[in-house]
Amino acid sequence: MDEFLAARLQMAVSLGFHIVFACIGMVMPWFMFVAEWKWLRTNNPVYLDLAKAWAKGVAIFFAVGAVSGTVLSFELGMLWPTFMEHAGPIFGMPFSYEGTAFFVEAIALGLWLYGWNRLNKKVHLYIGMVVGIAGVMSGVFVISANAWMNAPAGFDWIDGQAYNIDPVAAMFNKAWFSQTHHMIIAAFSATGFAVAGVHAMLYLRNKLEIHAKALTIALAFASVAALLQPLSGDLAAKNVAKLQPAKLAAFEAHFETQKSAPLIIGGIPDVENREVNYAIKLPGFLSFLAHGDFNAEVKGLEEFPEDEWPPVPIVHYSFQLMVGIGMFLILLAVIFLAGTYKWKHWLEKRWWLKLLMIATPLGFIAIQAGWVVTEVGRQPWIIYGIMKTKDALTPMPGIQYTFYTITAVYLLLTFIVAWLMSRQIKMLQNKYRSHD
Amino acid sequence: MTETILIILGISLLLYVLLGGADFGGGILELLSRGKASKIVSRAIAPVWEANHVWLILVVVILFVGFPTVYSTILTALHIPVLLALIGIIMRGSAFTFRHYDLEAERSKAIYSSIFRYSSLFTTFFLGVTMGGVILGDISMDYSKGFYAIYIHPWLNWFSFAMGIFLVVLFAFLATIFTLGETKEKEHVERFTKMAKYLIVTLVIAGAVVFATAEIEGHPLFYEFYHSLPSLISIVLATLALPLLWINLNRNNRNWLRLIAGFQTTMIMVGWFAIQFPVLVKINDGTDITVQSSSAPHQVQLQLLIALIFGVFVILPFTGYLYKTFKFDDKE
Ligand code: HDD
Ligand code: HEM
Ligand code: HEM
Repeated sequence: MDEFLAARLQMAVSLGFHIVFACIGMVMPWFMFVAEWKWLRTNNPVYLDLAKAWAKGVAIFFAVGAVSGTVLSFELGMLWPTFMEHAGPIFGMPFSYEGTAFFVEAIALGLWLYGWNRLNKKVHLYIGMVVGIAGVMSGVFVISANAWMNAPAGFDWIDGQAYNIDPVAAMFNKAWFSQTHHMIIAAFSATGFAVAGVHAMLYLRNKLEIHAKALTIALAFASVAALLQPLSGDLAAKNVAKLQPAKLAAFEAHFETQKSAPLIIGGIPDVENREVNYAIKLPGFLSFLAHGDFNAEVKGLEEFPEDEWPPVPIVHYSFQLMVGIGMFLILLAVIFLAGTYKWKHWLEKRWWLKLLMIATPLGFIAIQAGWVVTEVGRQPWIIYGIMKTKDALTPMPGIQYTFYTITAVYLLLTFIVAWLMSRQIKMLQNKYRSHD
Repeated sequence: MTETILIILGISLLLYVLLGGADFGGGILELLSRGKASKIVSRAIAPVWEANHVWLILVVVILFVGFPTVYSTILTALHIPVLLALIGIIMRGSAFTFRHYDLEAERSKAIYSSIFRYSSLFTTFFLGVTMGGVILGDISMDYSKGFYAIYIHPWLNWFSFAMGIFLVVLFAFLATIFTLGETKEKEHVERFTKMAKYLIVTLVIAGAVVFATAEIEGHPLFYEFYHSLPSLISIVLATLALPLLWINLNRNNRNWLRLIAGFQTTMIMVGWFAIQFPVLVKINDGTDITVQSSSAPHQVQLQLLIALIFGVFVILPFTGYLYKTFKFDDKE
């Protein structure tokens, strides 16, 4: 394997691994907060059991999130030293605030997990909220840093050096808002449907109140998020059309510059002949999505030199996958909202529980796909329009070995965490069965 | 302003060595006591390990924002030991948590425990090797010299290995002192007191070995210490505190013990910084990376400082609250 590919894959594996744990660490505190709050309000002990049962699993996710994040902060320099040497001072500001957010989160989490008997009930409840807020803040900060790679700002680039650095302008770059809010919404949606899926499975086996309560909390968050997702995604797409037209063209495998450009659904891009086979084409819709006008002109890939094209098929398939899953999750959200409103015993419907089970991994698959769209779509640039990814690569040879090692470690961890979760869940079931 | 940032960097590194060191050392301590200490170590570390850990992240962030060439040079030349330490960090953090939260099956607990213990040792050793590589100054930026000279030699030498061993002993010592403060059972107090005494002796020997290996590698560490007044004073103070430590060990005076051990570690770090300053990373052809040559522009450092000061005001009271809630009381 060549060094460059190995480094890119290692980055992708490490980030793709971390993001799952980061999302859970960002969202679950909110679910636990609601459960605990309900417990304090209703005095129903099931809510307390739920908060504690969730906490046992989440502690594991937190720890793995923290160690994999630590590895990332080194990997940026181990794989892309030239990039970090120039970018570090510019996009470092969000990272320095992220440090504060991590601290607050880690401390609050320690207090929350181990403080059930030591803290006043109200204090404990609000500390749970601090964990959630700090988690979301760290998400916002780190994605602002990533947004800067897509929409570099806050410096003048002269002869391969950055001058007049303005870290504040770099942080509030033109992509920071569209990326951060889309990602935070995605985290709620993905985690919510994943949690709902697990509890739907358990409820199918054993109709316990705790699972019903869990389903309601998780689905309430997930549904709102799923409905907001396409609106927010539309904003993201319009932003990409403005800032990175080559990336937008790759989303849609859109080769020729066109007025009233069609939206391409599915299909197999043929890069050599510059066409897409077997696709459904909705005339004018791409123009509308990108610029809010059915007749607007959308730049095609032909406007850019071919060595500045991102890998078109990967970006196209990933984009389709993300949007497709987004549509499916909206369907689930609508069923949930309508069902709660209309049917008394909506939880008893087996097809609905089965549908939720199917949806368990979908949100996370969409998140991975979305990141592939963003990161692979930016190629060949590491800092869009400024620095090429291959020029940032570490001079150290043998990166494929570090890639194999890191991948093996993460595979092993994935396996262990999955096994631990299934054990945790089994124990929870046994505990309740013995009560019956 | 650069000085202020450097001081905060130094304090963060110190706190990582003290707090993180006590928890890395916890694993080594379990290894030394053949598992007898594991309950106490777990109980003492669990609520604070994540927070301890963030000091390392802070060090990394200050480096790549404030002194980017330091960050990129260390991570290029010392890629291999850093990678090994990172793998250790993943293993020990995960194994520790799995052990704590996997309520079932003693058998898997035994596996997590041994992963936790050996990776604590492994990680500490390679962190020490990395530090040794930074101090020794055999880092080369001349990429025509070949793989061995650039990526292996800077850390594969006697001095770096001696630093690795020194750090292992130091962390084990810190963990012993920390754990002593967490237990009242007579049997454990006796065991840890004895262990602390052995470790102090070992630490002095390991320190001497560090100086000796520096001479072997042609780095006049002893001379530099001797000729820098602050270094000399700090080493003298650290040595003078040894008898105090011994007396307090015999009296089992836990708060004093922590204070003295913390003071000694601080003195060792101050001594090191004093001879190093203003060089941050030594390069073997003499083009050392200094504070001036690696500082990010003024505007960047200003923003960094603002963020750090803001952080300090948020973090310190909150950390204090965490320690107050879980330490120095015997509720369980
Ligand atoms: C649950 C996950 C999920 C779902 C259902 C969607 N997205 Fe998404 N999308 C993400 C999760 C995500 C993400 C992983 O969070 C990304 C990657 C980078 C980012 O900021 O968000 C992303 C990026 C991303 C980008 C690229 C932004 C950039 O490169 O700067 C666009 C244009 C969209 N999305 C558009 C959409 C549209 C139109 C959707 C229609 C429903 C949609 N997304 C659903
Ligand atoms: C979109 C991408 C990312 C998101 C949303 C995200 C979010 C988070 C969140 C919410 C946490 C705390 C929760 C937990 O501990 O599980 C976390 C942990 C961490 N992340 Fe990420 N992160 C992302 C990418 C990165 C990157 C690229 C880096 C490094 C450069 C990074 C560095 C870290 C570190 C160091 C931690 C550990 C903090 C601790 O010890 O508490 N993250 N991340
Ligand atoms: C956690 C969510 C993220 C995922 C899943 C992700 C995914 C990826 C992928 C797939 C690549 C490889 C692209 C290619 O080379 O074709 C990549 C590259 C990279 N990403 Fe991300 N990314 C995430 C967030 C971030 C963030 C928050 C940052 C920095 C702040 C970041 C920094 C980088 C860098 C430096 C590279 C290497 C250079 C490049 O290939 O352009 N990523 N990422």
